[in-house]
Amino acid sequence: MAQLQGGKVDISLIQTSARNNLINLLEKCPGKKAIVWDNSLAGPVGLVAQYTILREHMVTKMYPLRPTSLPETDVDHIIFISRPKLHLMDYIAQNVRTDIKTKSGSKKQYHLFFVPKKVYCAWNDLNTMECLENLSVNFFLSIPMLYQWRYPKEYTIENDPTYLYQTAQAIIYLQNLYGPIPRIWGKGTAAKQVWDLVMRLQREKNNTDESKSHQQSCIDEIILIDRSVDLITPLATQLTYEGLIDEIFGINNSTASFPIDNFLTSEERVSESLSEDKKQFILNSADKLYADIRDRNFNAVGAYLSKQAKAISAQLENTQEKSVQEMKLYVQRLPQILAKKKQLATHTAIAECIKEVTDSYDFLDTLQAEQEFLNCIEVDKPSPYIEEMIAQNKPLIKVLRLMCMQCIASSGLKLKVLETYKRELVQVYGLEVLLAISKLEKVGLLKLQSSTRQYTVLRKALRLTMEDTSEVNPTDISYVHSIYAPLSIRLAEQVTRNGGLKQLQDVLGLLPGPTLDESPVVSTNVANNPDTPTVVLVFFIGGCTFAEISALRFLSQQEDSNVEFVVATTKIINGTTFLKSIIEN
Amino acid sequence: MSAALLTADWFLLGRELYYRRFEIYSMAWHQEVALENYIAASASYGGPIALRRDDKKLVKVQGSAQPIISVYSGSGKQITSFKWTRRPIVHMDWSNDEKLICVQEDGMVVIYNMFGKFLHTFAISQKVQDAKVIDAKIFISPQNFTGVAIMTSNFKIFLVHNIQEPKTRQFSELPRSNIDPTCWAIVSTDSNTEVLIARGLELYRLKQDEHHTSAMLEPDIANRYTSILEMSVSLNAHHLALYMDSGYLWLGSTDLRTKYCEIDTSSIYKPKQIIWCGNEAVVLYWERDCSLLVVGKYGQKMLYSYDSAVHLVSEIDGIRIVSNMQHELLQKVPEVVQKIFRINSTDPGSFLLEASKQFQKGSHKANEYICLVKNDLETAVNQCIEAVGYEFDTEVQKMLIRAAQFGKCFIADMRSDNYVYMCRLLRVLNAVRDPKVGIPITITQFNYMKKRTQGLLDRLITRNNYFLALQIAKYLKMPEKEGTSHILVHWAKHKVSQAELEEETVAREIAEKLGYTSGISYSEIASTASQNGRKKLAIKLLDYESKASEQVKLLLELGENTPALVKAIESGDTDLVYMVILKLREKMPLGDFKMTIRNFPVAQSLYIKYCKEHNTQALNEIYIQEDDFSAQAQTFILESLDEKKQHMKDSLLTSAMEAYKKGRKDLYAGMCEEALKLLRFQRDLEDKLPAAKNKLVGLSVHNTCKMLLELNEAKLAEKFRNDYRIPDKRFWWLKISSLAQQKEWIELEKFSKVKKSLIGYAPFIDVCLQNDNRQEALKYLPKVSEDLKVKYCIKVGCLEEAADIAFQQKDVQGLLYVQSKCSTQFPQTQLSDKISSMISQLLEFKK
Repeated sequence: MAQLQGGKVDISLIQTSARNNLINLLEKCPGKKAIVWDNSLAGPVGLVAQYTILREHMVTKMYPLRPTSLPETDVDHIIFISRPKLHLMDYIAQNVRTDIKTKSGSKKQYHLFFVPKKVYCAWNDLNTMECLENLSVNFFLSIPMLYQWRYPKEYTIENDPTYLYQTAQAIIYLQNLYGPIPRIWGKGTAAKQVWDLVMRLQREKNNTDESKSHQQSCIDEIILIDRSVDLITPLATQLTYEGLIDEIFGINNSTASFPIDNFLTSEERVSESLSEDKKQFILNSADKLYADIRDRNFNAVGAYLSKQAKAISAQLENTQEKSVQEMKLYVQRLPQILAKKKQLATHTAIAECIKEVTDSYDFLDTLQAEQEFLNCIEVDKPSPYIEEMIAQNKPLIKVLRLMCMQCIASSGLKLKVLETYKRELVQVYGLEVLLAISKLEKVGLLKLQSSTRQYTVLRKALRLTMEDTSEVNPTDISYVHSIYAPLSIRLAEQVTRNGGLKQLQDVLGLLPGPTLDESPVVSTNVANNPDTPTVVLVFFIGGCTFAEISALRFLSQQEDSNVEFVVATTKIINGTTFLKSIIEN
Repeated sequence: MSAALLTADWFLLGRELYYRRFEIYSMAWHQEVALENYIAASASYGGPIALRRDDKKLVKVQGSAQPIISVYSGSGKQITSFKWTRRPIVHMDWSNDEKLICVQEDGMVVIYNMFGKFLHTFAISQKVQDAKVIDAKIFISPQNFTGVAIMTSNFKIFLVHNIQEPKTRQFSELPRSNIDPTCWAIVSTDSNTEVLIARGLELYRLKQDEHHTSAMLEPDIANRYTSILEMSVSLNAHHLALYMDSGYLWLGSTDLRTKYCEIDTSSIYKPKQIIWCGNEAVVLYWERDCSLLVVGKYGQKMLYSYDSAVHLVSEIDGIRIVSNMQHELLQKVPEVVQKIFRINSTDPGSFLLEASKQFQKGSHKANEYICLVKNDLETAVNQCIEAVGYEFDTEVQKMLIRAAQFGKCFIADMRSDNYVYMCRLLRVLNAVRDPKVGIPITITQFNYMKKRTQGLLDRLITRNNYFLALQIAKYLKMPEKEGTSHILVHWAKHKVSQAELEEETVAREIAEKLGYTSGISYSEIASTASQNGRKKLAIKLLDYESKASEQVKLLLELGENTPALVKAIESGDTDLVYMVILKLREKMPLGDFKMTIRNFPVAQSLYIKYCKEHNTQALNEIYIQEDDFSAQAQTFILESLDEKKQHMKDSLLTSAMEAYKKGRKDLYAGMCEEALKLLRFQRDLEDKLPAAKNKLVGLSVHNTCKMLLELNEAKLAEKFRNDYRIPDKRFWWLKISSLAQQKEWIELEKFSKVKKSLIGYAPFIDVCLQNDNRQEALKYLPKVSEDLKVKYCIKVGCLEEAADIAFQQKDVQGLLYVQSKCSTQFPQTQLSDKISSMISQLLEFKK
């Protein structure tokens, strides 16, 4: 995890603390243990505690949580690690009830760890399932940063503020690790609510312990961005390397799978003795090459990769005119070079996979339609392209993604356009589309046109669309979408470059929700050294895209900036996952 | 003060083993109390003294005949006095937190606070009630619990280890015999608690196990005796003292393996009290002649005589002697005090003290003394600082502090933390020792108590001495949680328990004093208020609680449903909200419950969410109650998609339609109607057309039409299209893609010529290409509109043509795009070069 260290804020602290938390809980159950995982947690928990660590703590077996009964084991403890969801409680109750009847069952102890915390409902459900006497639910695993909340479904559609509370707790958790944050910026209703909760929790906490109040702050500022302030950015196709991998193949917990074809040599391809058709890669900054290219616009990646390839082959080939000493050095560095070569091969293959998609007409046409919307070209009429997509029965999500984008770009659709779209959608995709539409309407992704044209104004005022930006040598964050600069990042840029949101007063009024501008703690850093960078925590409430993260990294790498960004979010999203999470039942 | 005077109250009990006895208070009660008529009990650590009349003594009864219990402070100031109206008391003593424990003859244990307020009562054991309790002992275990042991009239012994959670254990029984036990003692160690019991000659050790049989013990007693009359175990349970009817006193270890000494006390009467004074001496008190005998561990004796009766109280570092006139402390002289004050002492501290005295006299000898200790000056100062803590006399304190201060001047950069701390501590100790407060605590006891949960502040709190406690907490700079806020919470609790005070004022006063100080638990105070039957006050106080979970829990308990819900929602913790919602649903009639939560949108939505998982019936009821027609309609639609409910699909769709109509969503209602119509049409057709069997139901309008085309029902499709108003453009798409899919290329071409295409001709190319027919696709290329031509040329692979068109259109981007295709798809360098030249031409032209 070395890639997380360094910089002013040591992110690995979070992992360490979460891991210790888990290990402490495990140690409370002496003896051999089996863990039964709620499947959707195995990934995130795996980020903090690898199997080897678990094995060191006598975890001998791991099972997924299923409604079927558990296999016979000789462990002393069975530990369920689960999210507090009703159907999961049901499984656990079943599991315990059947397992207790087996031969070894009477000797076993059963434990349940909730992630991220106990939820009264789930607890109540378990109570009614009559297996409690066998199950000790004494400790709760709380790894706030791990749990991924599904925004904005819970909050906007079901009006369930749970995730706001959890976000607030996460911020409290960060403050515990890194000290109180002296300056806070934010925009949006959720941002305000979260911050109010943070203040409230802080007060509660201060009441119970006062030890940490004098801790030095590692984080200088926090920017809270409510996703509902900027709904358009996640809809726009990301054009960075990392963003495209996510858009096309999906990145889950830093892992992505690619079709295996591109990763085989021609001989391997012939042999066809393949067991899997997917190849998995872990993508993080430990991979130096990946760290170099993840933030680049994809159009700049090809050139960079070939340059690297040339450099490596030059290093490999140029062996003849070397002195003995040079040769020795060369041999020493050889493993590194070879490793690099392997990385290069991997990423070249990945880039090829991506290129297949980005060269397709579908991709390009969609991109073109998107860019027209972003530039406010013909946003008031039904888009022929969208109609064509519907007529061709293209995937619903893709259609909705474009439609929502048009809606936001035109600051709401005209009644006639909206009704036409709705009718078309229902005729092609069936009546159930109504359910999805009503959800999108609740979130505000689809709506009727209002009198003010917010997007048109914002586009100008915040320079959201840029002409003539270089994708290869970018000068502005708009490179992440080739022509469009994420609104959210423009806000962050404003805060860090111009020291506040004051200059944007007029524009901010156009965005939904209140603006936050507070300094809750008097800064303890006397004589702030101008050379040390300001550390800014950007917290996206409701998810953010890889492109947004890349844009932030780009900002901090600019020569005139002295800012280090730390990004926290409830979930990494892209247009597809974003919409899916909203319209799913 | 000369050294001789200071050591006047010292006496020797063996080599270098000095003891001292000095007065702490003259008792304020000397007018009213004659101790000989009373049974006294005093709590350790300078606690209060309780007196009750000794029934066995004949005295003139004043006032009522009912027994009275009086409680006095250490200085003899009366704290309270109350009538005993319960069953007769067998034994009375104090718990470690200064609660008065009275054991009744029926085995009930009754607990009062020091103000005579009844706290609670419990029975030691059901088995006890058959027999009477004849004796009881109260002891404090090493775990700092207060325990009670009783002996019944049939000589069974029961024990409760901790009065906080009374769990009774029975001890093993004595072997049968005609003789009655003479005396017993509790031996409480870390691991377990045992009882030593004597019966005439015999001595037994009883265990906490009913079935254990005890063997007789044989202590190494040299002189003949017939009965052990009294015994005593030291506070640390290591040492044992036995008093025999022969008048001999035996001292040894509790396990009887070691014998320290055996001496003749020259008295054959049973002493009233035998108490260990520290761990190295035992004090015996005979009521007959009011004499006190101090016996050192190695046999040295010291006899004191008193004018009247006294009562001995054991402390960890000595004993207190309470008499009618005065209150004295008897203790081993602390080592450091010995070092300084012992006559002819050559310890550095002693010289420093002398130097300081000479200095104050203005004598040059001061210098000589300082020179004597020059090398050990730091030790000397520290000795003075340490010793001063043990002193009660303020003059002596001043003398020692001055000496320390004086010595400090000669040491460069000595840390004065110790000195400052001791000065502060002295002020505190003096303040609580003041007769008005009357806690004669020693520094040893203070430090020992600090390690336990119960500190000095708690002692003051139990005495309602809040102000002094606060001052001390501030003066000693204690952390707020243990100091100020802890005291304030207790003060507030005391305040709310006073029924005569008015609620408004109490709440206001408390809030003013406590504010939002950290570490204050308002819910704790509120809980006390509610226990005292002051619900309103409790609710008011809860407003100040910052911990939402505590607040909400208590509000629920108090039956304050709506406030509980409000607070839960404010907290943002949905878990709490759920808790309230579900509790309320249990508690309230369903109608009321629904009306309550509908006023709170968050609660309502959470309940809806809960219902979605747990109870769809209830969910619908809510939607109906709220006139939320869209939600109702959506539920119906969702249900209609359920595989299991296909047989109800018609009625569900009708319901959805009606709901939308009610909600004036005509567009949606129309869509539902259409869906219904479509469903019926599909069923009909499936019946009519064998080819359509199982292919139609469930499809959308669009797909149904497409299916019709695929089934070659062109006419039907045309009619369907009109019935369902499928837009022309989309129908064109449908038509051509279905034709292409079925590879009806001729039909497709015909269709393209029927009339001018509504969707242009590019889609024709697309559908051809999708079905892998480039040749057909080429046919439509000329018809493609100009702006799409370059793109479609490339699509069908006519790169050169594409380049030419782009050049004609002066489209540099287009040319670049064509060029990019050249290099990747076919390595046509020639064309690429051509395009390059075209581009440069165009660019030049532009210039």
